Amino acid sequence: MSPEMLALLIKSFWETCYMVLASTVLATLVGAPLGVILTVTRKDHILPNAGINNVLGAIVNALRSTPFIILMVAIIPLTRIIVGSSIGTTAAIVPLTISAAPFIARIIESSLLEIDPGVIEAAQAMGASPMQIITKVLLPEALHSIVLGITLAIISLIGYSAMAGALGGGGLGDLAIRYGYQRFQLDIMLITVVILIVMVQVMQSFGNLLSKKLNKNKL
Amino acid sequence: MIELQNVEKSYYSKAGDIHALKTTNLTIKAGEIFGIIGLSGAGKSTLVRCINMLERPTAGKVFVDGAELTAMNDAELRKTRQSIGMIFQHFNLLASRTVYDNIAFPLEIQGLSKAEIAKRVQPLLKLVQLETRANYYPSQLSGGQKQRVGIARALASNPKVLLCDEATSALDPQTTKSILSLLKDINKKMQLTIVMITHQMEVVTEICDRVAVIENGTIIEQGSMVDVFTNPQHETTKEFTKSVMNAELPEMIRSMDLKATYVPNGKLVARISFLGQSAGQPVVSSMVKKFDVDVSILCGNIAQLKNVPFGTLVIEITGSKDGITQALDYLHAQNLKTEVIGYES
Repeated sequence: MSPEMLALLIKSFWETCYMVLASTVLATLVGAPLGVILTVTRKDHILPNAGINNVLGAIVNALRSTPFIILMVAIIPLTRIIVGSSIGTTAAIVPLTISAAPFIARIIESSLLEIDPGVIEAAQAMGASPMQIITKVLLPEALHSIVLGITLAIISLIGYSAMAGALGGGGLGDLAIRYGYQRFQLDIMLITVVILIVMVQVMQSFGNLLSKKLNKNKL
Repeated sequence: MIELQNVEKSYYSKAGDIHALKTTNLTIKAGEIFGIIGLSGAGKSTLVRCINMLERPTAGKVFVDGAELTAMNDAELRKTRQSIGMIFQHFNLLASRTVYDNIAFPLEIQGLSKAEIAKRVQPLLKLVQLETRANYYPSQLSGGQKQRVGIARALASNPKVLLCDEATSALDPQTTKSILSLLKDINKKMQLTIVMITHQMEVVTEICDRVAVIENGTIIEQGSMVDVFTNPQHETTKEFTKSVMNAELPEMIRSMDLKATYVPNGKLVARISFLGQSAGQPVVSSMVKKFDVDVSILCGNIAQLKNVPFGTLVIEITGSKDGITQALDYLHAQNLKTEVIGYES
């Protein structure tokens, strides 16, 4: 492999890392509060509110059912407002975040719902406020399960980031399409795919390990 | 200490309304251990949750230590709940926190500093004998140890009242005993008012001062534990107390061919029950000395009602008609409950 090619590979690798990392962080910042609100506003939970729950639920479902490639094109005007351009690695972060945030919201919701209602009742009996229940009971108790969920989100984002490449986002997926597919350079295609597989493996193993460390249910 | 005035709790739904608790009046005195017994679904869990307003009553008033909880807003209610401890059947500990941090939890909620928390948690660890387990997680503890953590956590904020929701139902008999003696101890040392929800009669006879029996959302009988257990009025109460009181005659006696009236040369089969002081008195032997009768004991049982022994004895009296009549009169004159089961020929 030529040195230019190697440099391109390394650059693409970092682009993928940047896109995935940035969109994971942003999507979690948006998705986590959303997931918490979706949970606590359920009926029989600590702050039941059918209105908020239904509206948020509908928005989350709509975003989740829109295919990523269409979402990406549809929000180009928004991307332009936020980033200033609709092309490039940073620009790809906007659609990635918008597609991952509702996913993370649902993941966090399902993690929070796994918590034994008795534990929440105990906290209420001690005089905990809803905010204290969220920060001191719900999130810490579900953390190990949330970590696994976010790992899942990171892995889907690695896949989506390859699609974002098609719109000039750069990254490994873009490299694989332009050099591997369009120029028939099979070795490039193969290397990028192997790197992506390794990334997914590493992320999953790390997520599993961290979750296991945080899980105090089975010691 | 706790007063429920015309408290009701209903759940309304399209499928039909459920009246979990019908008009209920209840007074629980300061420093007593009050038992609420009933079958599952009778409404006892709803009742105890109405005391700390985990379930808001649909009607009526709830007072704890003079304050009306039913008139409070959420913030006032949270403040008041800090002085009402609660323990649960399934412990409900935070799995992600150590024993120490679980006990510290209610204090953290109240915003105490780390140093203040440590000052409170240490003696509690000692009280529940878990000093060496402070850094363990709940999953590393046995059921009894988990309930001890639950008790320490409930006591952390120096409550005036402790609500126990089936606190020993998930524990084995030996662990149950040790948890009960811990509760008894706390009740004495701290003058803590304890409300116990349970379906285990041995729990009630072990520690309760007074008791209420609940069925279909209604309190059907209440009074001092000893009265309710030795002299149950309601059918359901009789059914409940039977297991610990051995009120039913053994098969051996039920299968005897007994006549209702005196049979010449027959023997009298009678049951005597004695409570407290009189249990120790040698009534039977003095009866034999006084009258010309012989007594053989067919079966006997002593149940311990908190600190009061309650004994039953089924005896067979042999003798002349006069002797038996005098002996029976003598028994009736004592501070005993004597019932004639029948005459055997």
